[in-house]
Amino acid sequence: MSARIAGCVLLAALLVVPFVVRSEFWLSFWLLVLMFAFLGQAWNVLGGYAGQFSFGHALFFGGGAFGTAILQVRHGLNAYLAGAVAIALTALVGGVLGYLIFRYRLRGAYFALVTLAFAEVARVLIASFEYTGGGFGMLVPLAHGAANFQFSDRRIFYLIVWALVAGGCLIALWLEGSRFGAQLIALRENEDGAQALGVDLVRTKVLALMLSAAMAATVGVFYVQNFLFVDSHIAFGPAMSIEALLVTIIGGMGTIFGPLFGAVLLHAVGELAKQITGNAPGLNLVLYGVLLILALRFLPNGLAGILGRKPKPVRETADA
Amino acid sequence: MTRKTTRIGSDLTRRNFVIGATGVAAGTLGMPAILQAQAASLKIGILHPVTGGLAYEGEQCRKGALLALEEINAAGGIKSKGGAKIEAVLADAQSKPDVGAAEVDRLAEAGVLAVQGPFASGIALATTQAAAKHNLPHLVDVGVVDQIVTRGLPNTFRFAPGFGKITSFALEALQKINSGAGSPAKTAVIVHEDGAFGSGMAKLLNEKLPGLGIQVTQTLSHPTPQRDFTNIALQIRQANPDLIIPSNYKNEFILMARTLQQQRVRPKVGIYAVLGGAASNVAFAKQYPEAAEHIMDCNHWYNPTKELSKAFARKVADKGWDLTYEVMLNYSCMRVLLDALERASAPTRAALTEALAASTYGDHLMPYGPTKFVNGQNEGAQPANTQILKGNVEVIYPAEFASAKVVFPIPQG
Amino acid sequence: MFSGLFLPAVLNGVALGAVYALTALGLTLIYGVLHIINFAHGSLLMLALYAAFFLYTLGGVDPYLAMLVLMPLFFAFGYVLQRFVVQPAWHGRDENVLLVTLGLAIVIDNLALWLWTSTTRSIDSRYAFEVIDLGVAFMPLAKAIAFFAALAFGALLWALMTFTDLGKAIRAVAREREGARLVGVRVEHIYAMTFGIGTAMVAAAACLLLPTFYVTPQVGYAFVLVAFTTVVLGGMGSFIGALLAGLLLGVIEALCGLYLGESLGQIGIFAMFILVVLFRPTGLFGARA
Repeated sequence: MSARIAGCVLLAALLVVPFVVRSEFWLSFWLLVLMFAFLGQAWNVLGGYAGQFSFGHALFFGGGAFGTAILQVRHGLNAYLAGAVAIALTALVGGVLGYLIFRYRLRGAYFALVTLAFAEVARVLIASFEYTGGGFGMLVPLAHGAANFQFSDRRIFYLIVWALVAGGCLIALWLEGSRFGAQLIALRENEDGAQALGVDLVRTKVLALMLSAAMAATVGVFYVQNFLFVDSHIAFGPAMSIEALLVTIIGGMGTIFGPLFGAVLLHAVGELAKQITGNAPGLNLVLYGVLLILALRFLPNGLAGILGRKPKPVRETADA
Repeated sequence: MTRKTTRIGSDLTRRNFVIGATGVAAGTLGMPAILQAQAASLKIGILHPVTGGLAYEGEQCRKGALLALEEINAAGGIKSKGGAKIEAVLADAQSKPDVGAAEVDRLAEAGVLAVQGPFASGIALATTQAAAKHNLPHLVDVGVVDQIVTRGLPNTFRFAPGFGKITSFALEALQKINSGAGSPAKTAVIVHEDGAFGSGMAKLLNEKLPGLGIQVTQTLSHPTPQRDFTNIALQIRQANPDLIIPSNYKNEFILMARTLQQQRVRPKVGIYAVLGGAASNVAFAKQYPEAAEHIMDCNHWYNPTKELSKAFARKVADKGWDLTYEVMLNYSCMRVLLDALERASAPTRAALTEALAASTYGDHLMPYGPTKFVNGQNEGAQPANTQILKGNVEVIYPAEFASAKVVFPIPQG
Repeated sequence: MFSGLFLPAVLNGVALGAVYALTALGLTLIYGVLHIINFAHGSLLMLALYAAFFLYTLGGVDPYLAMLVLMPLFFAFGYVLQRFVVQPAWHGRDENVLLVTLGLAIVIDNLALWLWTSTTRSIDSRYAFEVIDLGVAFMPLAKAIAFFAALAFGALLWALMTFTDLGKAIRAVAREREGARLVGVRVEHIYAMTFGIGTAMVAAAACLLLPTFYVTPQVGYAFVLVAFTTVVLGGMGSFIGALLAGLLLGVIEALCGLYLGESLGQIGIFAMFILVVLFRPTGLFGARA
């Protein structure tokens, strides 16, 4: 239980940040951490709870980001409406893709690589057409105001994202207690067994994917509203996909606060590495990589594991 | 497989975590006291992508900026402010716009008076926006996309020419060179990278070239990075154009040039690059003299006839650096910036912004004449035309800055 | 309109594919036996490219000869990496291995950046500019050599797997790990040997690639995605599969680049991958149902 307590404490501490922090730099820093925490939580739903490791979550992130950018810039839609539509459309796309993928019973490495392939296809397509910004990307016009979902005071935005992260934790909590969540965990632990017990594999996986996609798309929407600029590489490139899985696995897969722990730790470490290694290009990332390897060596169940949560049982490697 | 639980390992890791967390927490709670050095030195932020895809260009930029800064410090610092030395605060944009913007925040909070950088257009859009929040004057070194200076941000200054200017200059130059040789160039194939600048360039060229009597028979785009140019070489051979007009980044340009040589593809009149990635790169010219010979570029370049430029070129050669435009532009930008600081009524951001806006500085490397910022853009800024001749990058146009005569059309066979 | 370019494009694609096949041979071996996705594969290729580059510029060693030095060196490096970095982090969870190899990739890529900076390095050897006139196209000598080398290495690996004791042990571990352990095979050692061989293949690929390409710290990533695609397309653990899939993907990439333009043409490989994985997931030559 102590992991949950630590998680709540961390959340509370993060809530206090905008009231205490004067520095714009650190405010932006923690804002980004929160966004990545929610992205990780999105991945967690599919990867942590349902056991399907996606390497292409950037597809959904980008769907939300480009969706809202295109709807605002090309069609003049209101920012909130554009965001909502983008999220819904992305979830729908996730559903269709999910149906295709799961119907053919793709698992393990195949599933991972096919999600990567889809993300790459999206990346190339988006960069190839004028309508979606071509090589340049999409620039959302600067227009501060609550009606435009842009805020000159970043702290308001921060609080909204914080609420999102808290909501994400509630979703995870719900998963752990609900029947749907139990089905996810069942198919994670033993797919054939779950099917024997009557779980509709395809339907359950597709629903999990849609939820995950919607959450990831939400982060995409928020990213665009914060930075007002997105291009194909940022949205659909491997960086976001890796971010999503990294924070969750380090923080503890299949746990409520895992993604949050992971996001905080990794970005804090990254920043620390930058401060230690000064200005030598690349050295800070070397330190980051080394710390990652060390963490994997000594923290087998992620951060949540050392905070006392019951570790996920080691399963026999299910071959793809 | 048995799992070993290493208690000692866990404790060590936990302790390090706590230490790290404290450090970050301290930073978060904004201990500005640590960051505020005593103002015996004046701080300038230098922001470039020194890691990631643009690492080479970013590193070149940084070198140029630091060279100028160190020279001025050695010559006595900022005399009007009591000989105060300039302190460079370096930042890495990691080739990502959001990191660039975050770094601007950090630099602003570290007390810099201005930011120079960030080389790439996409990053510049984010950094200029961030700088405006802090009323921080931002001198953009390269970044060609026009939006950088058309968004009405009062603290943004761009020293080098933008897209529009470069393209119209390139076309004008091509017109003059072509007609001067009896207009041998009538067809062209455009090869461009599919990102922001390449696509924009291709679009403009397609619009304007017919007006010069040059027909574009093929427009071939490619991603960055691109592993193989054989297809493109074959298509060029089939089109058999008078001119090949490339617009891309360094690695792809070099690979393309080598592939053209391999496949024995030669344009009938010449290769005329507009912002070609390595078309005016000395290292490329020296390493692949055959492939590089006669390649023309319309790009940022210095005025080689100035004494300052000659001294600069010697220093760069002594240090063993590549003499590329990133170094030239950043060296010049820093001089412009520090001159403005010299003239500023006080060592504050507002005064510096004012001084920049009023700058008429001309003692830099570039063929721009005296500086004049209008709505943030340096009016006099223009590119120059170069051609690689016998392993050297020579300026061939405009005539007043030229160091050699153009070879056009290129010799066949 | 492009009919005159079709055949040269196909030939070029085959040459391109040979390099993909080479990088995939090592990866398919590693995946087939250890069932791990080796994220660091591209970084190792980059490291080998640098090694070959420095041997050439500082030691005057021809890149093809450099193979004799680099293959054993990288074999050892791969062995050590697997035994002492990857294996201990496994803890029975496959995702850990994924992440550890990702961490390795980050470390290797950025160490290279710090040590050797981002300046592009390429060599100017006669292999690059000498071409074979095939009538319809010019084939750079270096690419032709790479093609035959890929076939040779594929055959070599197959022979290794089929006729040697080591090969039998590797196949045993791949098929049934605990059973192999029970009959006395030292599984951890075999894992490390496999990783070592895979890494040695990467070193070979680098030596064959250097004459016509360049190296920067970022170059590995461009190859690694295609290598993964090649492995899954060919069927995990199948060398013939990796070879043929590599060649096929090279041709697909060349043709897509020709007909769709190089930018949009990139999706050719990924679209192919998606189709194969959905409709024939064991790959073209996969052993397992």
